[in-house]
This record gives sequence, C-alpha cells and structure tokens, in this order.
Amino acid sequence: MREIVLTVKRALNVPVECLEVSPNSFSGKSLDQIRGIEIWEGNRRCRLNDIFQVEEENSSASDELTVGIVGEASRIRKIGYRMTEGSIAIEGDAGMYLGEQMSAGSIIVNGDAGAWLGSRMKGGAIEVKGNAGNFVGSSYRGSTKGMKRGTIIVHGNAGTEVGCWMRNGTIRIKGSCGTFPGMHMNNGTIYIEKDCSGRAGAQMTGGRVIIGGYVPAVLPSFNIEEVRERVKVGEEKIPGPFYVFTGDLNENGNGKLFINVAKNPHLKWCEEYLE
Amino acid sequence: MTELLIRNGTVFDPLNRIRGEKMDLAVRDGRIAESVSSRAKIIDASGMVVMPGGVDIHSHIAGSKVNSGRILRPEDHEKDVEERTSITRAGVGYSIPSTFTTGYRYARMGYTTVFEPATPPLKTRHTHEELDQIPIIDKACFPLFGNNWFVMEYLKEGKLEECAAYIAWMLNATKGYAIKIVDPGGVEAWGWGRYLKRLDEEVPHFAITPREILRGLCKINKLLGMPHAIHVHTNNLGNPGNYLTTIETMDCVADLASSGKPVIHVTHVQFCGFTGNSWLNVGSGAPEIAEYVNKHDHVTVDPGQVVFGDTTTMTADGPFQFLLHKLSGNKWVNVDVEGETGAGIVPFRYRRSNYVNAVQWGIGLELMLLVKDPWKIYLTTDHPNAGPFTSYPKVMTWLMSKDARARVLARINKNARRRLDLGGIEREYTLEEIAIVTRAGTSKSLGLKKKGHLGVGADADIAVYSIDVASIDPSRDYEDVRKALAKAAYTIKNGEIVVKDGEVVATPTGRTYWVDPKVSIDLMQETTASLSAKFEEYYTVRMANYPVEENYLESPARIEAVAEV
Repeated sequence: MREIVLTVKRALNVPVECLEVSPNSFSGKSLDQIRGIEIWEGNRRCRLNDIFQVEEENSSASDELTVGIVGEASRIRKIGYRMTEGSIAIEGDAGMYLGEQMSAGSIIVNGDAGAWLGSRMKGGAIEVKGNAGNFVGSSYRGSTKGMKRGTIIVHGNAGTEVGCWMRNGTIRIKGSCGTFPGMHMNNGTIYIEKDCSGRAGAQMTGGRVIIGGYVPAVLPSFNIEEVRERVKVGEEKIPGPFYVFTGDLNENGNGKLFINVAKNPHLKWCEEYLE
Repeated sequence: MTELLIRNGTVFDPLNRIRGEKMDLAVRDGRIAESVSSRAKIIDASGMVVMPGGVDIHSHIAGSKVNSGRILRPEDHEKDVEERTSITRAGVGYSIPSTFTTGYRYARMGYTTVFEPATPPLKTRHTHEELDQIPIIDKACFPLFGNNWFVMEYLKEGKLEECAAYIAWMLNATKGYAIKIVDPGGVEAWGWGRYLKRLDEEVPHFAITPREILRGLCKINKLLGMPHAIHVHTNNLGNPGNYLTTIETMDCVADLASSGKPVIHVTHVQFCGFTGNSWLNVGSGAPEIAEYVNKHDHVTVDPGQVVFGDTTTMTADGPFQFLLHKLSGNKWVNVDVEGETGAGIVPFRYRRSNYVNAVQWGIGLELMLLVKDPWKIYLTTDHPNAGPFTSYPKVMTWLMSKDARARVLARINKNARRRLDLGGIEREYTLEEIAIVTRAGTSKSLGLKKKGHLGVGADADIAVYSIDVASIDPSRDYEDVRKALAKAAYTIKNGEIVVKDGEVVATPTGRTYWVDPKVSIDLMQETTASLSAKFEEYYTVRMANYPVEENYLESPARIEAVAEV
C-alpha cells in the first residue's frame, strides 16, 4: 500500500482550492510530480509543495493508494474532487466541497467538514466524526442533480438542506440537522438520528426522510398514512414507532417522512386522521 | 494607416458573385480597398477559405431577460468557465455566456455582427449597457412592438400615421434597429388568462386581432422605410398543428409586398412548424412551410435549429414559456414590462431519445434543406432557445454533409426518424450557400450595405477558415470542416486582426447600429404631445427620462431611414 501524507505547513488566511488532491490523481505520479501539482491559494496559482509537506510512507507496490491530510485544513476546498478509487484520511477539519462528485473510494474526517460535503457524489463513502456544514450531499446551486449513490455518515450535527435534490444513496446524521432536510429529493434515504429544525421533505417527490428526534411541525402538504413500529435503513432496523407521512403533495410527490412518535407528542393530533 | 493583404485565399463572396476564386484581398483603414502599399502586413491564406465576417440575424445575447436567465442558472455557468488571458477577461458560458465571453466566442467562429432580436423598450437602456460590454462584434437590437398598448390603440383607431410616428420616436428613444413582433396580442391576452391561438381572435380590452396588428406594423415598416422587414415570432408558437398559423401569418401580409422585396421575416420557424394535434403525433410542417416560402418572395425565414443538449429557453412569449414550464417541470421566471411586453425563461434539455425533441431537430434541418433559395433562409439556433450559438459549426456540417446528418439521425428516437422526411433529402449545402445563409443573406435582409460582402468599400470584417477546398470535401470530411469553422484561422474586424488560430488577440469595441426614421416634423410634434399624456397615465417613468441618449452608447452608428409620412 502506498500512503501519501500531506501536512499543512502554515496558517492559511484565504481559501485554497485543490482540484487534484485525490488518490486517483496521485496514482502513477512520483513524489516530485505530486509536489508540483497546481492549486490555487485565493487568486494565486501555486504548487502543492507551497502549502503542504508531501511525504510518502509504507511504500509498496500495491495499487491501493491512501492520502492522509494532517494539520489545519478547514480552508482547503475540494479535497477528493472526482475521486474514483483509494481512500483519504483527514486528521483534523476539512473545508468545503469535500468529496464533490466522487464516484468511488472512501473519505474519513476526524474533525468537522465544511458545507457541500459529498455534493453531487456518485458513489463511495464519506464518514465525518465531527459536524458537517450545510448542503450535505446536495446539488450545485440551481441544478437538479444531487447525490446519486453512495453513503455519507456524519457523527455530529449537519446544517440546512441535507440531501437537497438527492437522487439516491444514503445520508445518516447521528446528531441533529437544520431546516429542509430532503428538499426536492426524489429517491434515497436520509436518516437524522436526533432533532430537525423543521420543514423536512419540502417539495420532495420520492425517497425517505427519517427523523428520530423532535420536529417542530410537519409541512401541511404532507398526509398522514400510518404508524409503523420500525423502519429499515440498509440492514439495520430502527425501532420506532414512527408516524409515516407522504408528500410533498404540492409536487404530486410520493416521498415518505418518518417521524418518531415518542419524541413528538405535539403531533398526536395526526392520529385522528388515521383509519 | 493600417493595411493588410490577404493573399491567395479561396474567396466566397456571394453578393459579388465570387464563388471560391483564388484571389488577394486588400484592406486599408478598416475597409476593403483596391490595393495596398508594399508596407501592408501580409496574411498568407493559401489553402484557406475567405468569407465576409458572419452576420447573425437572431441571437439573444443581451438585455434584461438574458440577464435574468444568467441569474436563474448558476449551474449553467459552473460547468463552463473561461480563464482570463493577457488579452481577454475571465468569463463563463455555457448557454448564456457572460458579455465578454459572448464577444470572444462569436469572434472565434468568424462572426463579426450580431443582432439581439428582442428588447423590451423600457429596458433597452440595460440592453445597450450589455451590448456595450460585448467586445469585438458589431451589434444592434430590435425593440418589441407586438403587444404594445399604444400600438394596439393607434391601430384600433386606424391612426396609421400617428402610430408610425410613435414607432419612429420609440426607435429613436431606444436606439433600436427593427420592428420585432412576438406573439402579436397574445402576450397581452395571456395577461388576462387567455391564449390567442388564431390570427382572428380578439385581444381582450383592445378589440384588435393579431392579423390587424401584423398588417398595421407591416404597413408602418414600409412607411418608415426601414432597412429590415418586420421580424415576427408567430402566434400559437410551440403548439402542435401550428404550422398552419405560421403559413397564415406569412400570407396575411402577402398583398403588402411590392417589387419583390421581403416584407416579413418569420423567425425560428422550427418552433412554429409542428403538424399533428397533440404531443403524441407531432410531425414536421417543414415541407408545407418550405413550399410556401419557395412560391412567395415577400417572406424570409430562419429555422432556430435544435441542437441536442442542455440550454436555456428565453423569449418575450410569456404564454409559451409558461406552457414549457408546465410540460417540463423545470424552474422558470416570468417578467412583465409595464404594458409593453413580457418574457419568460425556462432551462431545457433537448434529448435525442425524446420523440418531440427529435422531431424538432428534424424540422429545422428539413426547412433549411427544402427552401430552395438560400437567400430566403438564414442559419440560426435562436440562441439560446434551441441551442447555444457555439453550435453553429455543427449545424453547418449537418447542412453540408448528408453523412453528418445520417450519423445523428441514426441515434434519434426511432418513431421520430420514421416520421421525418429528412433521411430522404439528398441536398448538401456548398460553401457558397453556407456563406449566403450565415453572412451575405443576413446582411442583405438587414439592409446592411457594408456588411456581408468583400467588395471595395465594404467594412473589412473578414473570416478566414483553414479549409483547403482542393483536398477537403465538406460532405465527407465534415469533422475537419466543423473544427475549422469553430476556430477561425483569422477573424478580421474593421481591418484589425482580432482572432488568430482560434485565439482572441485583440478586443476592439464594436459599433451599435440603430435606425432613425425621419418623419415630418409636424406629425412628430403632434404625436409626442399626445404621447406625453399617455406616459403620465401609464408609465413609472417620465417621457423625458425614457429615451436612451445617443452619447450613452459607446460607439453608436446611426442609419437614417427616409419615411413617407
């Protein structure tokens, strides 16, 4: 296994954009070539070497390549952009657009991740041990193409619009999230283990949003269907019970919203409408 | 001053009947000259095709709706970013490029003059601000009149001369070039929740029909001595069976023609050339429309050729855009401009596999190939409605090569393929015919005396493409031809080399043409007096603040028209 470790050399005052920090763009390149990869620091073009100490560890002939990032990287954007293989391990925080358009491989972040985590991803897996910003697994602004496949797991909290325009795949937030999870989504699963600030599933046409904690309200464009004892996410059975809503009826949608019954006593009035 | 000598090029100059002759072209002080001194810079064009610079008759490149489209579509820009160079500025594409990028991309294809075909009069100041920011190319804009309250009132009352004076005032006030009519009366009717589908239906509250608006404006166009005919986007656009409306629109002004000069230009006919009575059995009305155009000299057309892929549709036809928004489920914005006109914008993807889109693709090409006289039809994609202007080279290869068409035809929806006559059409455009539909014909139609040809005294707007006619057969080597057309070897604008080997090397400022029809002083005074009362009643702006002053434009070029009234 080949492991390339990038250590941030100095404090970064402006965003750094790297379109070529991923196992697939490093593979087949010598250490010097990697050091020479072009990146942008603010509006200045520079080399990977100017910002990172680039070193290689455990060199062996295996194809599998791992990229490690050490140091304060919260201003470094687009790590793992269009990644197709291998893995990336980030010691601390990561900046915006982590794993954007990635199609395979895995990314692990020990700290927090910025906004647009796994935006437009087509496959692979991302795991964030800390919190994530807004627009986890969402589409680009204005576009209708969100996350297509793959898995995103966030152990902390996430911001607003988780899985906006999501087309498939799984997002699991172990903490809470902001407003509008699953906005415009048409397939896939979003599982929020704790609370949500509201407006879950706005304009969704398909897919599932599961909320294990408190929600202030359900949008009026959703219909109560049933109460279900448990719901399956992947292989795991999540114990409920859950209120199941369908919507968004404004969009003729057939999305499913699962809301934990025990944590939301204020939604008890819905039960009147159950047959 | 500056002199150029373009040597040994194979010149296509249809207006001067030069059909691929090897000759030298002399350029002095921005004009084509008889000869130049020995100090002239020499461009070796041997093995290359030399044509006048391209003239685009219909391309939405500037104005408030183009800008709304930009705001609506960040995802369109994100995928197509151009870095700055030492000469050019940074910019974005794709279907609605930023102003600078628009100029660069046109120049790279050898185009030097582009007409923005729809500007709401009230917002034309914005249009001119954007046009001024488009480098290199010459440009102009057509103000919209087809749903203007004052026009409809004048015409209803039969005040043709006053209406002519009003339009003359408006063209002067907006620095516009021609009378554009979009869905005459239809946009106004839609404001009241109705669709006008026929030429003889009445516009609510105005008691006037689209036919009367068209005929009235056509007469006025002639009274004012305008260089271009009325530029018409028909009623009922985008509905199955609308080819009949299109033919009816062409025919309704047939009797107003004299001396064989076209009096109506019907634009993006592909969108109004559908047969059938529902989306399930839509077919091509191109053969019928082409037959009409072949038999009549008073009409010219352009196809608005569909190019498969992602684009942004934008037109002053709000009702049609609403329909498209409902059909596609895509986002949209709608603009209404104080009783003058409206507009709508919807992103759209034309798919090969989609029956209707594939038929649309076929209609444009059938029309281009079935209209026999290339002087009556001009190449457009109605940028960005049916495809971005950057796909012109691709469309040109479809026209020049049956093989190129067949390759796409083999991949489109099979029901559409069966339905279209396109497979059986053998015609292939020659380079001369391409020069007609992209420059000579358009210049002639727009009444630009110094554009579209390479005679002595013409503007030195020249495109040089590396197509060696001795070894390249456009019918077979269409890929090479497409590449050559997309990246001109040289583009010369006003005698200055602006593009070399497909790269922009200079960014001069282009002119903005506008037409100033001179009507009699008495009539103008009388009309403006009554106009100012109307302005007080209807507008958010005072009449005195409305006009765009000539010195507001960076490089205005006034064309005086002599009116009969």
